[in-house]
Amino acid sequence: MSWTEDQPMVSIKDVHKSFGDLEVLKGVSLDVKKGEVICIIGPSGSGKSTLIRCVNALNDIQQGSIRVEGQEVNDPDLNKLELRKKVGMVFQQYNLFPHKTAVQNVMMAPLRVLKQDKSAVEKKARALIKKVRLEGKEDAFPGELSGGQQQRVAIARSLAMNPDVMLFDEVTAALDPETVGEVLQTIKDLAEDGMTCILVTHEMGFAREVADHIYFTDRGVIVEHGPPASFFDEAKDPRTKEFLSQIL
Amino acid sequence: MKHTSAQSILPVLLQGKGKALNGFDFSPKLWHGVILLAVCLLTSTISFAQSAPAKISVIDALFRWMPLLLQGFVFNLVISVFAMAIGTASGAALGLGQISPNVAIRKVCWFVTQFFRNSPWLVLLFFAMFLLPFEFSVFGLKIPLPDWLKATVGLSLPVMANVSEIVRGAVNSLPSGQWEAAESLAFSRRQTLWEIILPQCVKRMLPPWMNLYAILTMATVLASIVGVSEVMTLTGQALAAEGGRTDLLAPFYSFVLLIFFIYCYPIARWTVYLEQKFAVKG
Repeated sequence: MSWTEDQPMVSIKDVHKSFGDLEVLKGVSLDVKKGEVICIIGPSGSGKSTLIRCVNALNDIQQGSIRVEGQEVNDPDLNKLELRKKVGMVFQQYNLFPHKTAVQNVMMAPLRVLKQDKSAVEKKARALIKKVRLEGKEDAFPGELSGGQQQRVAIARSLAMNPDVMLFDEVTAALDPETVGEVLQTIKDLAEDGMTCILVTHEMGFAREVADHIYFTDRGVIVEHGPPASFFDEAKDPRTKEFLSQIL
Repeated sequence: MKHTSAQSILPVLLQGKGKALNGFDFSPKLWHGVILLAVCLLTSTISFAQSAPAKISVIDALFRWMPLLLQGFVFNLVISVFAMAIGTASGAALGLGQISPNVAIRKVCWFVTQFFRNSPWLVLLFFAMFLLPFEFSVFGLKIPLPDWLKATVGLSLPVMANVSEIVRGAVNSLPSGQWEAAESLAFSRRQTLWEIILPQCVKRMLPPWMNLYAILTMATVLASIVGVSEVMTLTGQALAAEGGRTDLLAPFYSFVLLIFFIYCYPIARWTVYLEQKFAVKG
């Protein structure tokens, strides 16, 4: 029950997940240690996004176990709110709250959920906006920001909750090519600060650069995994080879 | 003498309307109003030309009854405001019930909404008139329930059902990503709904809500059928008091049409304006 930092921060074991008759995850296992950055890659429809959405209980699982800091996620009595305070998530479509300014978006959860003091929250929110290099955009509404800027606000919003793990669900997939770089840089900064990150991504160059470990999924299973150098250069499985040859 | 007074009024009214025209673009609805005004005046003058000299002119008759008719119209507005308030409050609750995570609540609210939304307004009005008591007692205190209040409750029923659908529709029209983002920031369902979803829905709900109000205002004349002294009832009484002169029918009812138009048209324009404004921002 008691979790210590030398154990995996996120431990996924034999997870099965179906939508109706369609089995999306067919027994997936992986571990993420504290401070580690892992990237999950694979063709679309292979269950990557579903997997990380299970980690913060946006999707439930039918079988298997997901533990976040020792807490079992696949438990009907799970306190989802407590889990989600520890696990931040950034989405492909940013999903900023359009009726709030950038700084208000960042402040909302600490104020309303954690009930923190307003002046402290605002100070921290402004610091976070500075950290994602958006100084001067504090009072802009999401509609006035570019995709890359919105996504960085979304990252700041998630960080404001002081999560232990961050989930990134294809966060650059909806962006214009010229703004992809600024979002990746922000994630890289985070990784260098020691944040534990699980990324679903199609940015192979980025995965190679920042990931400690790469997982390749196809049709609901992990086909192959390893550190970036060996994964990209010495892929053994034919499916991995085929995927990499298509994408690189 | 009578002629000159009628003629002196005509240009004044037309001039005023002409000024208003400059501010708006010519939409079919505005033409509708202009035509109404023309019909009102035309029927007045034609009727006047046909009437025997012993009777007072149509214009004079209209002016004599105008204060009473306007009073009746204000009563229509009072009914519309109360019915809208009751309907909005109960409809908002019903609409939120329709999106409740509890299946039983959701089904009951859905059924109630569909039942009242698909019933004729007049039937609901009769339903309220005959089912509600004329008075009810609270702790031995007898509180009377006058007809107009019963009619208000009757009219608020379809409003409630329509507001319920407006709320449900607005909530469902938001992208699911808003819910997911809030959930992943550890907002509870209640917080998500009240602090993130509903504030965004207000804008989307406002135009259809105003539209509904305009429809309700026009429907308040139904209360005349159940004997409430609103503008239609009073018009009938005024016509009877003038001895049932057939030449007065068209001008009097045109006048009623006109005041409803003057009240409802700006609401319709404003609704269109808001729809356009919100459509740009998304």
